[in-house]
Amino acid sequence: MQTITAMNSQPSKSTHWFTFAAPSKFYFLAKKLIPFFWISAIVLCVAGLILGLLFAPTDAVQGDSYRIIFIHVPAAWMSMVLYVAMAFWGAMGMIFNARLAYRVSNSIAITGAIMTFIALWTGALWGKPTWGTWWVWDARLTSELILLFLYIGYLSLYNAIDDARKAAKAASLLAIIGVVNVPIIYFSVKWWNTLHQGASITFTKTSMDSSMLLAMLIMTFAFWSYTFATILTRVNYKTLDEESHTDWVQKELSDIRGLR
Amino acid sequence: MTSISTARILLSIFKRDITLAIRRGSDTFGAIFFFVLVVSLFPLALGSDIKLLQQIAPGIIWVCALLAVMLSLSRLFNDDFQDGVLEQLALSVCPLEMIIFAKVIAHWCYTGLILLLISPILALQFNLSSDSIQVLFIALLLGTPSLSFIGSIGAALTVGLKSSGALISLLILPLLIPVLILGTLAIDAADTDMQYSVYLYLLIAYSVLSSFFAPLACASALRIVLD
Repeated sequence: MQTITAMNSQPSKSTHWFTFAAPSKFYFLAKKLIPFFWISAIVLCVAGLILGLLFAPTDAVQGDSYRIIFIHVPAAWMSMVLYVAMAFWGAMGMIFNARLAYRVSNSIAITGAIMTFIALWTGALWGKPTWGTWWVWDARLTSELILLFLYIGYLSLYNAIDDARKAAKAASLLAIIGVVNVPIIYFSVKWWNTLHQGASITFTKTSMDSSMLLAMLIMTFAFWSYTFATILTRVNYKTLDEESHTDWVQKELSDIRGLR
Repeated sequence: MTSISTARILLSIFKRDITLAIRRGSDTFGAIFFFVLVVSLFPLALGSDIKLLQQIAPGIIWVCALLAVMLSLSRLFNDDFQDGVLEQLALSVCPLEMIIFAKVIAHWCYTGLILLLISPILALQFNLSSDSIQVLFIALLLGTPSLSFIGSIGAALTVGLKSSGALISLLILPLLIPVLILGTLAIDAADTDMQYSVYLYLLIAYSVLSSFFAPLACASALRIVLD
Protein backbone atom coordinates (compact mmCIF):
# COMPACT_ATOMS: atom_id res chain seq x y z
CA MET A 1 0.00 0.00 0.00
CA GLN A 2 2.96 2.29 0.58
CA THR A 3 3.77 2.32 -3.10
CA ILE A 4 0.28 3.42 -3.96
CA THR A 5 0.22 6.30 -1.51
CA ALA A 6 3.64 7.37 -2.73
CA MET A 7 2.34 7.38 -6.29
CA ASN A 8 -0.76 9.29 -5.31
CA SER A 9 1.26 12.05 -3.70
CA GLN A 10 2.85 12.88 -7.02
CA PRO A 11 0.72 15.35 -8.99
CA SER A 12 1.24 13.54 -12.28
CA LYS A 13 -0.63 11.40 -14.75
CA SER A 14 0.36 8.23 -12.94
CA THR A 15 -2.26 9.02 -10.30
CA HIS A 16 -4.93 7.83 -12.70
CA TRP A 17 -3.33 4.42 -12.95
CA PHE A 18 -3.82 3.72 -9.29
CA THR A 19 -7.18 5.39 -8.74
CA PHE A 20 -9.08 2.15 -9.16
CA ALA A 21 -6.56 0.17 -7.11
CA ALA A 22 -8.50 1.46 -4.10
CA PRO A 23 -11.09 -1.26 -3.41
CA SER A 24 -13.89 1.26 -2.71
CA LYS A 25 -13.38 3.03 -6.06
CA PHE A 26 -13.04 -0.26 -7.92
CA TYR A 27 -16.16 -1.66 -6.27
CA PHE A 28 -18.45 1.07 -7.59
CA LEU A 29 -16.85 1.07 -11.05
CA ALA A 30 -17.27 -2.72 -11.27
CA LYS A 31 -20.82 -2.50 -9.97
CA LYS A 32 -21.71 -0.23 -12.89
CA LEU A 33 -19.92 -2.44 -15.44
CA ILE A 34 -21.24 -5.85 -14.35
CA PRO A 35 -24.81 -5.53 -15.79
CA PHE A 36 -23.34 -4.25 -19.05
CA PHE A 37 -21.04 -7.29 -19.32
CA TRP A 38 -23.85 -9.73 -18.48
CA ILE A 39 -26.15 -8.22 -21.14
CA SER A 40 -23.43 -8.20 -23.78
CA ALA A 41 -22.47 -11.79 -22.88
CA ILE A 42 -26.06 -13.01 -23.36
CA VAL A 43 -26.76 -10.96 -26.49
CA LEU A 44 -23.48 -11.90 -28.17
CA CYS A 45 -23.85 -15.55 -27.21
CA VAL A 46 -27.37 -15.77 -28.69
CA ALA A 47 -26.30 -13.90 -31.82
CA GLY A 48 -23.14 -15.97 -32.26
CA LEU A 49 -24.98 -19.28 -31.79
CA ILE A 50 -27.77 -18.32 -34.20
CA LEU A 51 -25.23 -17.29 -36.82
CA GLY A 52 -22.99 -20.29 -36.17
CA LEU A 53 -25.63 -23.01 -35.89
CA LEU A 54 -28.21 -21.83 -38.42
CA PHE A 55 -26.46 -19.68 -41.00
CA ALA A 56 -22.85 -20.84 -41.27
CA PRO A 57 -22.43 -23.38 -44.10
CA THR A 58 -21.84 -27.08 -43.42
CA ASP A 59 -18.20 -28.13 -43.50
CA ALA A 60 -17.20 -30.14 -46.58
CA VAL A 61 -15.16 -32.68 -44.64
CA GLN A 62 -16.62 -32.81 -41.14
CA GLY A 63 -20.28 -32.15 -41.82
CA ASP A 64 -22.24 -30.44 -39.08
CA SER A 65 -20.15 -31.79 -36.23
CA TYR A 66 -17.61 -29.03 -36.69
CA ARG A 67 -20.14 -26.52 -35.29
CA ILE A 68 -18.90 -27.21 -31.78
CA ILE A 69 -15.88 -25.00 -32.53
CA PHE A 70 -18.04 -21.99 -31.81
CA ILE A 71 -17.84 -23.01 -28.16
CA HIS A 72 -14.66 -25.10 -28.17
CA VAL A 73 -12.20 -22.61 -29.65
CA PRO A 74 -13.19 -19.55 -27.58
CA ALA A 75 -13.12 -21.68 -24.41
CA ALA A 76 -9.65 -23.00 -25.27
CA TRP A 77 -8.38 -19.49 -25.95
CA MET A 78 -9.84 -18.18 -22.70
CA SER A 79 -8.37 -21.08 -20.70
CA MET A 80 -4.85 -20.11 -21.76
CA VAL A 81 -5.25 -16.34 -21.58
CA LEU A 82 -6.80 -16.58 -18.12
CA TYR A 83 -3.91 -18.60 -16.70
CA VAL A 84 -1.46 -15.90 -17.78
CA ALA A 85 -3.82 -13.20 -16.50
CA MET A 86 -4.13 -14.99 -13.17
CA ALA A 87 -0.33 -15.15 -12.80
CA PHE A 88 0.00 -11.53 -13.98
CA TRP A 89 -2.40 -10.18 -11.35
CA GLY A 90 -0.79 -12.42 -8.73
CA ALA A 91 2.57 -10.87 -9.62
CA MET A 92 1.04 -7.39 -9.51
CA GLY A 93 -0.31 -8.19 -6.06
CA MET A 94 3.12 -9.32 -4.87
CA ILE A 95 5.00 -6.40 -6.43
CA PHE A 96 2.67 -3.60 -5.28
CA ASN A 97 1.30 -5.44 -2.24
CA ALA A 98 -2.15 -4.54 -3.57
CA ARG A 99 -4.98 -6.62 -2.15
CA LEU A 100 -7.26 -5.85 -5.07
CA ALA A 101 -4.79 -7.41 -7.52
CA TYR A 102 -4.78 -10.60 -5.42
CA ARG A 103 -8.55 -10.64 -5.48
CA VAL A 104 -8.58 -10.36 -9.26
CA SER A 105 -6.06 -13.21 -9.51
CA ASN A 106 -8.07 -15.43 -7.16
CA SER A 107 -11.32 -14.63 -8.95
CA ILE A 108 -9.91 -15.58 -12.33
CA ALA A 109 -9.00 -19.11 -11.20
CA ILE A 110 -12.47 -20.65 -11.13
CA THR A 111 -13.53 -19.14 -14.45
CA GLY A 112 -10.25 -20.32 -15.98
CA ALA A 113 -10.76 -23.85 -14.66
CA ILE A 114 -14.32 -23.90 -16.05
CA MET A 115 -13.08 -22.71 -19.45
CA THR A 116 -10.40 -25.43 -19.49
CA PHE A 117 -12.98 -28.05 -18.59
CA ILE A 118 -15.36 -26.81 -21.31
CA ALA A 119 -12.53 -26.88 -23.85
CA LEU A 120 -11.63 -30.47 -22.91
CA TRP A 121 -15.24 -31.65 -22.80
CA THR A 122 -16.28 -30.11 -26.11
CA GLY A 123 -13.00 -31.34 -27.57
CA ALA A 124 -13.94 -34.89 -26.61
CA LEU A 125 -17.42 -34.45 -28.08
CA TRP A 126 -15.87 -33.16 -31.28
CA GLY A 127 -13.20 -35.83 -31.38
CA LYS A 128 -15.69 -38.72 -31.34
CA PRO A 129 -17.35 -38.02 -34.72
CA THR A 130 -14.23 -36.64 -36.47
CA TRP A 131 -11.38 -38.76 -35.11
CA GLY A 132 -13.49 -41.72 -34.01
CA THR A 133 -12.27 -41.50 -30.42
CA TRP A 134 -13.08 -39.40 -27.38
CA TRP A 135 -9.49 -38.80 -26.44
CA VAL A 136 -6.06 -39.02 -28.04
CA TRP A 137 -2.79 -38.35 -26.20
CA ASP A 138 -2.05 -35.54 -28.55
CA ALA A 139 0.32 -32.75 -27.46
CA ARG A 140 -2.36 -30.08 -27.41
CA LEU A 141 -4.93 -32.19 -25.58
CA THR A 142 -2.39 -33.35 -23.03
CA SER A 143 -1.14 -29.85 -22.32
CA GLU A 144 -4.72 -28.63 -21.92
CA LEU A 145 -5.30 -31.44 -19.41
CA ILE A 146 -2.15 -30.42 -17.50
CA LEU A 147 -3.44 -26.83 -17.54
CA LEU A 148 -6.61 -28.08 -15.83
CA PHE A 149 -4.43 -29.75 -13.17
CA LEU A 150 -2.55 -26.48 -12.65
CA TYR A 151 -5.84 -24.64 -12.13
CA ILE A 152 -7.03 -27.32 -9.71
CA GLY A 153 -3.74 -27.07 -7.78
CA TYR A 154 -4.16 -23.30 -7.50
CA LEU A 155 -7.76 -23.59 -6.33
CA SER A 156 -7.06 -26.32 -3.80
CA LEU A 157 -4.11 -24.43 -2.32
CA TYR A 158 -6.21 -21.27 -2.12
CA ASN A 159 -9.03 -23.13 -0.39
CA ALA A 160 -6.75 -25.11 1.95
CA ILE A 161 -5.28 -22.04 3.68
CA ASP A 162 -7.67 -20.49 6.19
CA ASP A 163 -6.10 -17.02 6.42
CA ALA A 164 -7.46 -15.24 3.32
CA ARG A 165 -4.44 -12.95 2.94
CA LYS A 166 -1.91 -15.79 3.16
CA ALA A 167 -4.02 -17.94 0.85
CA ALA A 168 -4.03 -15.22 -1.80
CA LYS A 169 -0.26 -14.73 -1.57
CA ALA A 170 0.60 -18.43 -1.60
CA ALA A 171 -1.72 -19.15 -4.52
CA SER A 172 -0.31 -16.21 -6.47
CA LEU A 173 3.21 -17.50 -5.94
CA LEU A 174 2.10 -20.90 -7.24
CA ALA A 175 0.56 -19.28 -10.33
CA ILE A 176 3.81 -17.45 -11.08
CA ILE A 177 5.83 -20.67 -10.71
CA GLY A 178 3.27 -22.40 -12.93
CA VAL A 179 3.41 -19.80 -15.67
CA VAL A 180 7.21 -20.11 -15.83
CA ASN A 181 6.82 -23.87 -16.19
CA VAL A 182 4.03 -23.84 -18.79
CA PRO A 183 6.34 -23.42 -21.84
CA ILE A 184 8.70 -26.13 -20.50
CA ILE A 185 5.76 -28.48 -19.97
CA TYR A 186 4.35 -27.69 -23.40
CA PHE A 187 7.60 -28.41 -25.23
CA SER A 188 8.37 -31.58 -23.28
CA VAL A 189 4.85 -32.86 -24.02
CA LYS A 190 5.43 -32.05 -27.68
CA TRP A 191 8.68 -34.06 -27.81
CA TRP A 192 7.05 -36.90 -25.94
CA ASN A 193 4.19 -36.87 -28.40
CA THR A 194 6.30 -36.89 -31.56
CA LEU A 195 8.37 -39.79 -30.24
CA HIS A 196 5.67 -41.95 -28.75
CA GLN A 197 3.19 -41.64 -31.58
CA GLY A 198 3.56 -41.44 -35.29
CA ALA A 199 2.04 -38.54 -37.13
CA SER A 200 -0.90 -37.47 -35.02
CA ILE A 201 -4.25 -36.66 -36.54
CA THR A 202 -4.09 -33.53 -38.61
CA PHE A 203 -6.93 -31.45 -39.87
CA THR A 204 -7.71 -31.13 -43.52
CA LYS A 205 -8.16 -27.42 -43.08
CA THR A 206 -10.25 -25.83 -45.74
CA SER A 207 -10.34 -22.06 -45.74
CA MET A 208 -12.96 -20.75 -43.39
CA ASP A 209 -16.16 -19.22 -44.62
CA SER A 210 -16.56 -15.58 -43.55
CA SER A 211 -19.80 -16.31 -41.66
CA MET A 212 -18.03 -19.05 -39.69
CA LEU A 213 -15.26 -16.64 -38.82
CA LEU A 214 -17.74 -13.94 -37.82
CA ALA A 215 -19.68 -16.36 -35.62
CA MET A 216 -16.48 -17.45 -33.93
CA LEU A 217 -15.43 -13.86 -33.37
CA ILE A 218 -18.82 -13.00 -31.84
CA MET A 219 -18.64 -16.06 -29.60
CA THR A 220 -15.14 -15.04 -28.51
CA PHE A 221 -16.43 -11.62 -27.45
CA ALA A 222 -19.34 -13.33 -25.69
CA PHE A 223 -16.86 -15.45 -23.70
CA TRP A 224 -14.79 -12.37 -22.85
CA SER A 225 -17.91 -10.57 -21.61
CA TYR A 226 -18.96 -13.56 -19.53
CA THR A 227 -15.45 -13.77 -18.08
CA PHE A 228 -15.40 -10.09 -17.14
CA ALA A 229 -18.88 -10.31 -15.65
CA THR A 230 -18.09 -13.30 -13.43
CA ILE A 231 -14.65 -12.07 -12.39
CA LEU A 232 -15.86 -8.58 -11.47
CA THR A 233 -18.81 -10.04 -9.57
CA ARG A 234 -16.49 -12.34 -7.64
CA VAL A 235 -14.01 -9.54 -6.91
CA ASN A 236 -16.83 -7.38 -5.56
CA TYR A 237 -18.12 -10.13 -3.29
CA LYS A 238 -14.58 -10.70 -2.00
CA THR A 239 -14.23 -6.97 -1.35
CA LEU A 240 -17.49 -6.87 0.61
CA ASP A 241 -16.45 -9.94 2.56
CA GLU A 242 -12.87 -9.00 3.37
CA GLU A 243 -13.41 -5.30 4.03
CA SER A 244 -16.61 -5.59 6.01
CA HIS A 245 -14.99 -3.60 8.84
CA THR A 246 -14.90 -0.39 6.77
CA ASP A 247 -17.66 2.23 6.87
CA TRP A 248 -18.35 2.31 3.16
CA VAL A 249 -18.89 -1.47 3.03
CA GLN A 250 -21.30 -1.27 5.98
CA LYS A 251 -23.20 1.50 4.23
CA GLU A 252 -23.25 -0.42 0.95
CA LEU A 253 -24.47 -3.57 2.72
CA SER A 254 -27.30 -1.68 4.42
CA ASP A 255 -28.19 -0.12 1.04
CA ILE A 256 -28.36 -3.60 -0.54
CA ARG A 257 -30.54 -4.85 2.34
CA GLY A 258 -32.75 -1.77 2.03
CA LEU A 259 -33.37 -2.51 -1.63
CA ARG A 260 -34.76 -5.95 -0.90
CA MET B 1 34.36 -14.23 8.61
CA THR B 2 30.71 -14.30 7.53
CA SER B 3 31.47 -16.62 4.64
CA ILE B 4 33.08 -19.13 7.00
CA SER B 5 30.16 -18.99 9.40
CA THR B 6 27.68 -19.32 6.51
CA ALA B 7 29.40 -22.46 5.28
CA ARG B 8 29.43 -23.78 8.83
CA ILE B 9 25.75 -23.06 9.35
CA LEU B 10 24.87 -24.80 6.10
CA LEU B 11 27.00 -27.82 6.91
CA SER B 12 25.47 -28.15 10.36
CA ILE B 13 21.94 -27.87 8.91
CA PHE B 14 22.81 -30.55 6.38
CA LYS B 15 24.20 -32.84 9.09
CA ARG B 16 21.23 -32.17 11.35
CA ASP B 17 18.71 -33.09 8.65
CA ILE B 18 20.58 -36.27 7.77
CA THR B 19 20.81 -37.25 11.44
CA LEU B 20 17.12 -36.59 11.96
CA ALA B 21 16.29 -38.66 8.89
CA ILE B 22 18.35 -41.58 10.21
CA ARG B 23 16.85 -41.33 13.72
CA ARG B 24 13.37 -41.30 12.21
CA GLY B 25 14.23 -44.36 10.18
CA SER B 26 10.76 -45.79 9.79
CA ASP B 27 9.53 -42.54 8.31
CA THR B 28 12.42 -41.94 5.96
CA PHE B 29 12.71 -45.47 4.74
CA GLY B 30 8.95 -45.77 4.58
CA ALA B 31 9.07 -43.76 1.36
CA ILE B 32 11.80 -46.07 0.02
CA PHE B 33 9.85 -49.23 0.85
CA PHE B 34 6.78 -47.62 -0.68
CA PHE B 35 8.81 -47.18 -3.88
CA VAL B 36 9.91 -50.82 -3.94
CA LEU B 37 6.45 -52.09 -3.05
CA VAL B 38 4.54 -50.07 -5.65
CA VAL B 39 7.02 -50.98 -8.38
CA SER B 40 6.47 -54.66 -7.53
CA LEU B 41 2.69 -54.24 -7.68
CA PHE B 42 2.73 -53.56 -11.41
CA PRO B 43 3.76 -57.07 -12.52
CA LEU B 44 1.05 -58.44 -10.23
CA ALA B 45 -1.56 -56.23 -11.90
CA LEU B 46 -0.37 -56.54 -15.49
CA GLY B 47 0.77 -60.17 -15.60
CA SER B 48 4.28 -61.52 -15.93
CA ASP B 49 4.67 -61.10 -19.68
CA ILE B 50 8.37 -60.23 -19.78
CA LYS B 51 8.21 -58.23 -23.01
CA LEU B 52 5.43 -55.99 -21.74
CA LEU B 53 7.19 -55.45 -18.42
CA GLN B 54 10.45 -54.63 -20.17
CA GLN B 55 8.66 -52.03 -22.21
CA ILE B 56 6.91 -50.27 -19.34
CA ALA B 57 9.61 -50.64 -16.65
CA PRO B 58 11.27 -47.21 -17.13
CA GLY B 59 7.92 -45.46 -16.89
CA ILE B 60 6.91 -47.42 -13.80
CA ILE B 61 10.20 -46.75 -12.01
CA TRP B 62 10.01 -43.04 -12.81
CA VAL B 63 6.38 -42.64 -11.75
CA CYS B 64 6.99 -44.53 -8.51
CA ALA B 65 10.10 -42.42 -7.80
CA LEU B 66 7.97 -39.29 -8.24
CA LEU B 67 5.32 -40.62 -5.87
CA ALA B 68 7.87 -41.72 -3.26
CA VAL B 69 9.49 -38.27 -3.29
CA MET B 70 6.03 -36.65 -2.93
CA LEU B 71 5.37 -38.87 0.08
CA SER B 72 8.56 -37.80 1.82
CA LEU B 73 8.12 -34.08 1.13
CA SER B 74 5.45 -33.30 3.71
CA ARG B 75 8.07 -33.66 6.46
CA LEU B 76 10.64 -31.39 4.84
CA PHE B 77 9.56 -28.21 6.62
CA ASN B 78 6.57 -29.31 8.70
CA ASP B 79 8.45 -30.66 11.76
CA ASP B 80 10.70 -27.61 11.88
CA PHE B 81 7.60 -25.43 11.61
CA GLN B 82 5.82 -27.25 14.44
CA ASP B 83 8.67 -26.90 16.96
CA GLY B 84 9.61 -23.36 15.93
CA VAL B 85 12.99 -24.16 14.39
CA LEU B 86 11.87 -22.81 11.04
CA GLU B 87 11.33 -19.32 12.47
CA GLN B 88 14.80 -19.38 13.99
CA LEU B 89 16.25 -20.45 10.64
CA ALA B 90 14.42 -17.57 8.96
CA LEU B 91 15.94 -15.14 11.50
CA SER B 92 19.46 -16.54 11.06
CA VAL B 93 22.27 -14.39 9.64
CA CYS B 94 22.53 -16.90 6.84
CA PRO B 95 20.12 -16.19 3.93
CA LEU B 96 17.00 -18.39 4.08
CA GLU B 97 17.55 -19.37 0.43
CA MET B 98 20.92 -20.93 1.29
CA ILE B 99 19.47 -22.78 4.28
CA ILE B 100 16.73 -24.18 2.07
CA PHE B 101 19.35 -25.24 -0.46
CA ALA B 102 21.19 -27.20 2.25
CA LYS B 103 17.97 -28.77 3.49
CA VAL B 104 16.92 -29.82 0.00
CA ILE B 105 20.33 -31.34 -0.71
CA ALA B 106 19.95 -33.31 2.53
CA HIS B 107 16.44 -34.35 1.45
CA TRP B 108 17.85 -35.60 -1.85
CA CYS B 109 20.47 -37.64 0.01
CA TYR B 110 17.91 -39.50 2.09
CA THR B 111 15.33 -40.00 -0.69
CA GLY B 112 16.54 -39.46 -4.28
CA LEU B 113 19.98 -40.94 -3.73
CA ILE B 114 18.61 -44.09 -2.09
CA LEU B 115 15.94 -44.53 -4.78
CA LEU B 116 18.72 -44.18 -7.30
CA LEU B 117 20.83 -46.88 -5.65
CA ILE B 118 17.90 -49.30 -5.44
CA SER B 119 16.61 -48.72 -8.98
CA PRO B 120 19.10 -51.03 -10.81
CA ILE B 121 17.91 -53.98 -8.70
CA LEU B 122 14.29 -53.22 -9.56
CA ALA B 123 15.24 -52.77 -13.20
CA LEU B 124 16.78 -56.27 -13.15
CA GLN B 125 13.43 -57.63 -11.96
CA PHE B 126 11.93 -56.17 -15.11
CA ASN B 127 14.62 -57.78 -17.24
CA LEU B 128 16.01 -54.52 -18.59
CA SER B 129 19.24 -54.79 -20.54
CA SER B 130 22.41 -53.56 -18.85
CA ASP B 131 22.66 -50.63 -21.28
CA SER B 132 19.15 -49.50 -20.39
CA ILE B 133 19.88 -49.88 -16.69
CA GLN B 134 22.92 -47.68 -17.11
CA VAL B 135 20.90 -44.96 -18.82
CA LEU B 136 18.11 -45.30 -16.24
CA PHE B 137 20.66 -44.86 -13.49
CA ILE B 138 22.21 -41.76 -15.07
CA ALA B 139 18.80 -40.28 -15.85
CA LEU B 140 17.66 -40.78 -12.25
CA LEU B 141 20.95 -39.32 -10.98
CA LEU B 142 20.42 -36.19 -13.06
CA GLY B 143 16.64 -35.95 -12.64
CA THR B 144 15.97 -36.71 -8.97
CA PRO B 145 17.61 -33.48 -7.66
CA SER B 146 14.96 -31.49 -9.51
CA LEU B 147 12.25 -33.64 -7.86
CA SER B 148 13.55 -32.55 -4.45
CA PHE B 149 14.05 -28.93 -5.47
CA ILE B 150 10.68 -28.38 -7.17
CA GLY B 151 8.99 -30.52 -4.54
CA SER B 152 10.38 -28.27 -1.81
CA ILE B 153 8.25 -25.41 -3.19
CA GLY B 154 5.14 -27.51 -2.64
CA ALA B 155 6.34 -28.42 0.87
CA ALA B 156 6.91 -24.74 1.65
CA LEU B 157 3.52 -23.65 0.31
CA THR B 158 1.69 -26.26 2.39
CA VAL B 159 3.62 -25.84 5.66
CA GLY B 160 1.31 -26.00 8.67
CA LEU B 161 -1.72 -27.27 6.77
CA LYS B 162 -3.58 -30.24 8.16
CA SER B 163 -3.86 -32.37 5.04
CA SER B 164 -0.72 -31.40 3.18
CA GLY B 165 0.07 -34.85 1.74
CA ALA B 166 -2.35 -35.01 -1.17
CA LEU B 167 -2.12 -31.27 -1.72
CA ILE B 168 1.65 -31.33 -2.32
CA SER B 169 1.20 -33.95 -5.05
CA LEU B 170 -1.58 -31.90 -6.61
CA LEU B 171 0.57 -28.77 -6.72
CA ILE B 172 3.87 -30.31 -7.73
CA LEU B 173 3.24 -33.32 -9.97
CA PRO B 174 2.11 -31.18 -12.96
CA LEU B 175 5.36 -29.23 -12.67
CA LEU B 176 7.39 -32.45 -12.67
CA ILE B 177 5.93 -33.76 -15.92
CA PRO B 178 8.98 -32.54 -17.92
CA VAL B 179 11.32 -34.61 -15.70
CA LEU B 180 9.15 -37.68 -16.15
CA ILE B 181 9.00 -37.23 -19.93
CA LEU B 182 12.72 -36.55 -20.36
CA GLY B 183 13.71 -39.37 -18.03
CA THR B 184 11.62 -41.99 -19.83
CA LEU B 185 12.50 -40.65 -23.29
CA ALA B 186 16.21 -41.08 -22.52
CA ILE B 187 15.70 -44.78 -21.74
CA ASP B 188 13.42 -45.29 -24.74
CA ALA B 189 16.05 -43.72 -26.96
CA ALA B 190 18.75 -45.95 -25.49
CA ASP B 191 16.55 -49.01 -26.10
CA THR B 192 16.13 -48.14 -29.76
CA ASP B 193 19.82 -47.22 -30.20
CA MET B 194 19.08 -43.58 -30.74
CA GLN B 195 20.91 -40.55 -29.46
CA TYR B 196 19.89 -40.27 -25.81
CA SER B 197 22.43 -37.74 -24.53
CA VAL B 198 20.19 -34.81 -25.56
CA TYR B 199 17.58 -35.85 -22.97
CA LEU B 200 20.24 -36.18 -20.31
CA TYR B 201 21.50 -32.68 -21.07
CA LEU B 202 17.94 -31.36 -20.80
CA LEU B 203 17.54 -33.16 -17.48
CA ILE B 204 20.73 -31.49 -16.25
CA ALA B 205 19.38 -28.14 -17.43
CA TYR B 206 16.10 -28.67 -15.58
CA SER B 207 17.90 -29.73 -12.41
CA VAL B 208 20.33 -26.81 -12.51
CA LEU B 209 17.58 -24.26 -13.19
CA SER B 210 15.36 -25.68 -10.46
CA SER B 211 18.26 -25.76 -7.99
CA PHE B 212 18.68 -22.02 -8.54
CA PHE B 213 15.05 -20.85 -8.73
CA ALA B 214 13.34 -23.29 -6.35
CA PRO B 215 15.12 -22.02 -3.18
CA LEU B 216 14.11 -18.46 -4.11
CA ALA B 217 10.46 -19.45 -4.58
CA CYS B 218 10.63 -21.64 -1.51
CA ALA B 219 11.99 -18.84 0.67
CA SER B 220 9.27 -16.42 -0.39
CA ALA B 221 6.65 -19.14 0.24
CA LEU B 222 8.03 -19.71 3.75
CA ARG B 223 8.06 -15.96 4.41
CA ILE B 224 4.35 -15.84 3.48
CA VAL B 225 3.62 -18.62 5.96
CA LEU B 226 5.80 -17.22 8.77
CA ASP B 227 4.62 -13.65 8.20
